[in-house]
Amino acid sequence: MIDVEIRQRLGDFLLDVAFSGGTGVTALFGPSGSGKSSVIKVIAGLTRLDAGRVVLDGKVLADDAGRHAPPHRRRIGVVFQEARLFPHLSVRRNLRYGRLFTPRAERRIAEGPVIDTLGIGHLLDRHPATLSGGEQQRVAIGRALLASPRLLLMDEPLAALDGPRRLEILPLIEALRDEFGIPIVYVSHAVDEVARLAGRVVVLEAGKVVREGAPADVFRVAADRFEIVSVVEGRLGKPDDAFQLTPVETPAGIVWLTGIIRPEGRTAHVLVRAIDVALATHRPVGVSIRTVLTGTVAAVPDGPGPSVTVDVTLDGGGRLAASVTRAAVADLELVPGRPVFALVKSVALDERPV
Amino acid sequence: MPDLSPDAWTAIALSFKVAAMATLWGVPVSILLALILARGRFPGKTLFDGIIHLPLVLPPVVTGYALLLLLGRKGPVGAFLDQQFGIVFSFRWTGAVVAAVVMSLPIIVRAIRLSIEAVDAHLEQASGSLGAGPVATFFLVTLPLSLPGILVGATLGFAKALGEFGATITFVSNIPGETRTIASAIYTASQSPEGDGEALMLSVIAAGIGLAALVASEIIARRLRRTSS
Repeated sequence: MIDVEIRQRLGDFLLDVAFSGGTGVTALFGPSGSGKSSVIKVIAGLTRLDAGRVVLDGKVLADDAGRHAPPHRRRIGVVFQEARLFPHLSVRRNLRYGRLFTPRAERRIAEGPVIDTLGIGHLLDRHPATLSGGEQQRVAIGRALLASPRLLLMDEPLAALDGPRRLEILPLIEALRDEFGIPIVYVSHAVDEVARLAGRVVVLEAGKVVREGAPADVFRVAADRFEIVSVVEGRLGKPDDAFQLTPVETPAGIVWLTGIIRPEGRTAHVLVRAIDVALATHRPVGVSIRTVLTGTVAAVPDGPGPSVTVDVTLDGGGRLAASVTRAAVADLELVPGRPVFALVKSVALDERPV
Repeated sequence: MPDLSPDAWTAIALSFKVAAMATLWGVPVSILLALILARGRFPGKTLFDGIIHLPLVLPPVVTGYALLLLLGRKGPVGAFLDQQFGIVFSFRWTGAVVAAVVMSLPIIVRAIRLSIEAVDAHLEQASGSLGAGPVATFFLVTLPLSLPGILVGATLGFAKALGEFGATITFVSNIPGETRTIASAIYTASQSPEGDGEALMLSVIAAGIGLAALVASEIIARRLRRTSS
């Protein structure tokens, strides 16, 4: 359990942030320059705290009274954007580095499972310089974990990687989260990463917390309709190998994802952009769209402009934002309480990209 | 075998002994000083840096004279060491070692400092986040990564110590078998009418040793750079 309260002058703005995080992933989300990395630095002990406090598992690491535990006494692991592996040590020695400084009684995390989960067993005798960027980052994650930290900070760990590498590592982080039970504070400006990994999102803008909550709630609010994202939760079904589709079963209907995604039965978070959702008052026939979800209009905001983001409550409790024109709202008489069918283009859906 | 007098051979052996001891003492001291200069932040750092480099710009005689004043038997430090511990530097080969250390220090510190500064501070941060304190981080990360610079500094320092003359002769004089190093022996030989051959021979040997040290350090550094990247 991490409890953070920071008031800090930071260049020309004031960092004023308070949040707490428990097990699972707490995401710090926001554009670059919003102060996310500064928060990480304060938690890790790399920056001294002006005012506020950092408390981990009931232990005060830093506060106003001048207490400041040095980074190496905090037992907080950090995964940076760059892997920062020690170039003079083999992968194996990099992985074992933190163990040297972990008291025997606190070595909760064993080497075998971490190496297996990250798939780095074949790299152990190599030197960091000979690894690809994705491999280096996997080793860096393993190295941080094997110090058995009480908290793991991940500062944009995928930002330096290209698309395919990111998709390769994201599920690994997901697996670590579920398998090793270490609380993670995850910094990112990528909606897909945050929506997929985090149980809770803290949105920072210019050094302040502007929103906080579950990803599904947080990403429904955005200034620009192109950025509004809903998160639909469901269970992965049996993939359709012939058509290369995977169903996600939700109470409101089946969401079809492109591609084969496993394992069957796992909970999946599907990101849906508001601009990829169409609404209909009758179950449509003769359309190419495969994903049709049932729900009720919850809210239609007033306001100027040709388009509006309609809030739909899905059957079973999920929420979905649909960006439609005001003309359509008038035509279909979309008012709160009206049952609707939400049509989502499958090609626009994936478990991750936005 | 070159035709050298037994005295000349003694001088060569003594030079090696003095230079080896000077390197052995000089390198750890230099590592400490280089670390302070590379990573430390304190008032007067520039002055501190200047004092370390002073022997490089002062006439060596001045450095030797300063050592004599400080560490001579009647000097404040020298008298204390003599009375308390029975340690005497002046006119002893150990004094030649002290002179060589002081004179080679700036060169060694410079080489090591550059390579410590080239170590990515982010790696030291990563080490800290894995639970390693500053001392452990220094020995496990900073020091091994600065090894090329340390070896280069050590060989340069060794070569410099081997050739040291001005400060040595001022501080510990030119006593055969005790403080007469190659440089002093060359000087002595060159001052006597029949010593020309020996002076030349010793000069060639000194140049050979110096060149060998420089080449060796370059090869070692290149090899280390290759394995670490």
